[in-house]
Amino acid sequence: MAFYIFRRFVNYFILSAIATCLAYVVASLALDPASKYYGRNPQPSRQTITNILNGLGVNPDVPVLERLWNWIVNLVVHGSLGNTVGGTSVVDQIVSRSGVSLRLLLIGSVIGAVVGVTLGVWGAVRQYKFSDQVVTYGSYLIFATPTFVIGVLLMIGATALNGAAGMQLINFTGEYSAGLSGSWWDLTADRAVHLLLPTLALVLIGAAGYSRYQRSVMLDVLSADYIRTARAKGRSRNQALVRHGVRVALIPMSTFFAYSFGTLVSGSIMLEIVFSFHGMGEFTLNAITQSDINAVAGSTLFLAVLVLFSSTLSEVLYAALDPRVRN
Amino acid sequence: MSLLEETNTAGGTPVVTPAPGPAVPDVISGRTPLSRGRLIWRRLSGASRFWVGAIAIAAILLWAILGPLLYPYNATGRDPLNMGLGPTQLHWFGTNNIGQDLYAQTLVGLQKSIVIGLIAGPLGTLIAAVVGSVAGYMGGVVDRVLVWCINLLLVLPSFILLVILSPLFRGLSWVFLTIFIAGFSWMIMAQVVRSQTRSLRDRDFVKAARYMGVPIPTILGRHIIPNVASLLIIDATLGVVASILAETGLSYFGFGIRAPDVSLGTLLAEGTSAAVTRPWLFVFPAGVLILTLFAVSLIGDALRDAVDPTSGVNRD
Repeated sequence: MAFYIFRRFVNYFILSAIATCLAYVVASLALDPASKYYGRNPQPSRQTITNILNGLGVNPDVPVLERLWNWIVNLVVHGSLGNTVGGTSVVDQIVSRSGVSLRLLLIGSVIGAVVGVTLGVWGAVRQYKFSDQVVTYGSYLIFATPTFVIGVLLMIGATALNGAAGMQLINFTGEYSAGLSGSWWDLTADRAVHLLLPTLALVLIGAAGYSRYQRSVMLDVLSADYIRTARAKGRSRNQALVRHGVRVALIPMSTFFAYSFGTLVSGSIMLEIVFSFHGMGEFTLNAITQSDINAVAGSTLFLAVLVLFSSTLSEVLYAALDPRVRN
Repeated sequence: MSLLEETNTAGGTPVVTPAPGPAVPDVISGRTPLSRGRLIWRRLSGASRFWVGAIAIAAILLWAILGPLLYPYNATGRDPLNMGLGPTQLHWFGTNNIGQDLYAQTLVGLQKSIVIGLIAGPLGTLIAAVVGSVAGYMGGVVDRVLVWCINLLLVLPSFILLVILSPLFRGLSWVFLTIFIAGFSWMIMAQVVRSQTRSLRDRDFVKAARYMGVPIPTILGRHIIPNVASLLIIDATLGVVASILAETGLSYFGFGIRAPDVSLGTLLAEGTSAAVTRPWLFVFPAGVLILTLFAVSLIGDALRDAVDPTSGVNRD
């Protein structure tokens, strides 16, 4: 099993590495870092611009593969991802911002997966019942709603709620209240309240997808012979459902987790911006608008590492659930 | 939603297993057996979801085409006497802070979003059909290379890829945006088509064609693609939803449609800042968008059921 997971990990590692390199090349070709300086008034001299671009390692006159090579060497030897156009180190930016993004993404996707799987199993067991229909149409409604609309609608709802309560029950702008001081407990509680709405949005998106998929897999499993066998040999209905049904139905789910991770990542990037969190999402999108090649490459690397971990995790889950791959 | 679960369906033979749903008249009556197309249509026309979705989408299309003709205001003109007003009899969806009519703008944006969805969705399916069937049929090196490319494209979320590529189509017309959206939406369906093709390749009718010396493109077009057609139709339908979502997402964050073009995404972006104080600027375009996508996904879902009632997927 360890060998199996290791092999999959190497496979994902190579894919992520190549994807990052390709993203670097594409970003270098698509973005024009010099245009920002030409647009400045008064315009800096050509020599100044060339010096700045050389300093960042993004001079378009240098062949793109050479720049890519320098970027990789810099990363491997010095552990550095270069500087942003603002002059700060990309690594520092990623370190300070990734906490915000990871907190949202991790909490949101874990709760989303648990809720989704539970709803899916429940819907399959209670097929065609009213509750199943509600969950089904609810998830279609969520599929039909862009992520940022879910975020803004939650904000409108929270404002209405705050207005009705006559006080700030739910704060949702930014990651924490500016200038708040107090004990560690107060600060954590404040952050948790700010995290509530974006997490809720992410949970809704995740749960909608997972519940549909889990329900369909579970329905296939429920009609399988081994469930009847389990019942026939005296297992209670719940035991048969959980020990023999849910466990088997989770096997294809583990692959689906990896597939759906991309949706959740782009969802959380959108939500970060909607709720003005200063996380990796803001960093990535700002990097594009500012034609900042190093920052784009750095955030791509960050995403690729995330994808690498989530894919490997789903393989571990797969191997843990499916005895056939273990030996 | 993903179509991964479809891997066990759409063989060449008609699926005659009765669906368990009470609303689906699946009894084959009469002497002549039903063709697959007729059978699917029977199941489809028995599903109330399909009719709700179809009628809604027909109404929305008619509204998007005819609506602007029957309305006195256009999307760019300003009404200086009624700026920043809520919905009134004069301006049905209200006006923005420079007096532009939101109803007219919503319809123009709806047209653009629908056109983008209707082009990008089927285009993505076309790419998936070609890549998937070629990879599955050829096997060997071609298959490995194509599968590897698919996996590579799946590493990064396509939203991020499109954002990184957005400078390439920034100055160009929306058609390029549409092509780029289609270019990053075919990977999962291609995998499904590939696995279907691999099992079809060894069927007798495909073998017969191969031994008769029929060229590969003809085999793919005449024998492989028609056998996965039902899957492709579903994917194209749901692809419309995915493409419109991609377009609005990109436009909302400033990477897609740009002024002077208007889409539902740009309208929502403008409306967001006022979403709490003047909600009509956000709620009306959002509602129209959700309604459209919901209707299309109802049709897609009903299609999926009609094509494959035996899979557990969504058989309600």
